[in-house]
Amino acid sequence: MLILHCPYCGIHADETELAPGGEAHIRRAGPGSDDTEFENYMFARKNPKGVHFERWRHVHGCGKWFHAARATDTLEVFGTYPAQTTEPPEEILAHIRKRRPDWKGFQG
Amino acid sequence: MKRYSAFAIAREALRHHTGWQRAWRSPAPKPRYDVIIIGAGGHGLATAYYLGRNHGIRNVAVLEKGWLGGGNTGRNTTIIRSNYLQDESAAIYEKARSLYETLSQDLNYNIMFSPRGVMMLAQTEHEVRGYRRTAHANRLQGVETRFISPAEVREIAPIIAIDGPRYPVLGALWQPRGGTARHDAVAWGYARACSDMGMDIIQQCEVTAIRQERGRVTGVETTRGTIGCDKLGIIVAGHSGQLAEMAGFRLPIESVALQALVSEPIKPVLDTVVMANTVHGYISQSDKGELVIGGGADGFNNYTQRGSFHHIEETVRALVETFPIISRLKMLRQWGGIVDMTGDRSPIIGRTPLENCFINCGWGTGGFKAIPGSGWAMAATMARGEPDDLAAPFGMERFREGRFIDESVAAGVAH
Repeated sequence: MLILHCPYCGIHADETELAPGGEAHIRRAGPGSDDTEFENYMFARKNPKGVHFERWRHVHGCGKWFHAARATDTLEVFGTYPAQTTEPPEEILAHIRKRRPDWKGFQG
Repeated sequence: MKRYSAFAIAREALRHHTGWQRAWRSPAPKPRYDVIIIGAGGHGLATAYYLGRNHGIRNVAVLEKGWLGGGNTGRNTTIIRSNYLQDESAAIYEKARSLYETLSQDLNYNIMFSPRGVMMLAQTEHEVRGYRRTAHANRLQGVETRFISPAEVREIAPIIAIDGPRYPVLGALWQPRGGTARHDAVAWGYARACSDMGMDIIQQCEVTAIRQERGRVTGVETTRGTIGCDKLGIIVAGHSGQLAEMAGFRLPIESVALQALVSEPIKPVLDTVVMANTVHGYISQSDKGELVIGGGADGFNNYTQRGSFHHIEETVRALVETFPIISRLKMLRQWGGIVDMTGDRSPIIGRTPLENCFINCGWGTGGFKAIPGSGWAMAATMARGEPDDLAAPFGMERFREGRFIDESVAAGVAH
C-alpha cells in the first residue's frame, strides 16, 4: 500500500485516499506547435523503470493536487512537494541522488 | 521433433517414458540472424512462428531476459473473446480467436482451448444499450455474439444472483465461441514449433542496448554478447518503454500493475466465463476447480509485478455480490503482471522511427486472447517491411493523426 505525505494538509494518506494523476512537469505545447510537439505533449510518456515524478490528488482529503517523487521499480517514495512548480525542489533531488547515486538527474 | 499422439503415449508407456524429447532446444546465440525478436512471451513466439510458417523466414532468434512465457503470458486469466466494438479491433481479435480454434492441431501441442462461452453481464441500463450496440456491430463484423436475457443468463450460469440487490443482471453480451485456453501451453506450443523450424530460443539473455547505423538497426547487445540482425522486433509488453528508450524513441504507453487471484479448488460450479464490468470483476473456473478471478488495474506506474491490495478487495467484494456462493471460499494465490497501457486502450503494431525495427506492444489488460492474431499480423508486417491489413490501423502514428481506435470507452474492456 502506497502511503504519501500530503504537503498541503500535512497528513500521511494511503492510496485509497488518493487519486493518481500521471506524469508531472509536462510542458504544454501551445499554439504554433507542430504535430510532433503536440503528440509528445499529449501522448508520449517517460514511463521510466526507476525514478519518476508524478501528480497525485488528495481526493478523499483536502482535495489538493501535489507532486510525488517515487521509484517505479521498488515503490520507494523519495518525497512529495506542492504542485505550484515547474520542476522538483532541490531537497527532493538531493535525497534522490543520495538514494540512487547513478541516477541521471531530472529531465524536464 | 517427434509428434505427440495417442500412439506416442502408448509407445512411451511401454518403454517407461524414456523416449520423450525436450520440447525446444536451448542453443548458444549465433553471431547473426535475419530476424531477432526480443521477448519470448506468447506474442513474440507467435510472431516467430508465423514468420517461419507464413513467410519462410526461419533464421530467427527469440531473446528472453527471464524464462519463456514467464511474463504476462503466465500471469493472465486465460480468457479468449473477440466481442469488440470497433471494426479494426474485431478483425484482429476475431482472427486470433479463430486461430485458437485449431491451434492445438496446428502446433501438435494441446493448448486446451475450451470454447465455453464468454458472458459480459449488463448490470446498468447504460450497459444494456452499450452491449446491444456491440452485438449489432459484431453481426456486421462477422463475429458471432448476441444479447441474451436474464433468464438465459440464469440458465447458463445458475450461480449468478440475477436480482441484485445492488446491481441486478439486466442481460448479457454472449459470445458462445469465446472461452479459455491453457496460457503456458500457448507459449510452450509455439516455442516447440519454432525450435522445430530451426529457430533459436535464447533464455536468460537480456538486451542491454540496440545497435544502429545511419538510422537503421544492426543488432543488439545482450548479457550473452552482441548479436547482429537485419530486422528487429520488440515485443516485450510492460518493458516496451525501456526498449524504446534504447532504440531512441518514446511511446504513448504507461506501465501499470494488473492483478489476478485464484481460489481454493472446488467442484464444478461455473462452465463459462463471466465478466461483470460495472463492478469490475471477472471469473471463470479452471480445470483444476480453482476460480480464476481478475479485476481492475492500478492507476500509477509500477514495474514491481505486484499491485495494490485494495484492488483485490474491490474485485472480491464486487464478485461476492454477484456470486454469493463464493463468499466463504479461501483465496489461494494472488499475483501481478505489468501491463502496457496506451491512451486509447488499443495495441501498437508497426514500424518505428528506427528503420527495420518493429514494435508490437500496448495490449494492456487484454493481450492473451490476441496472441495468434497479433503474431500473424506482426509477422506479416516484419516480413513485408510494412503493415498488412490487420496491423495497418494499429501503427503508432495514429496518435499524431488523431485516428484512435477507442476501445476504452466503447467496448466492455475490463480494466
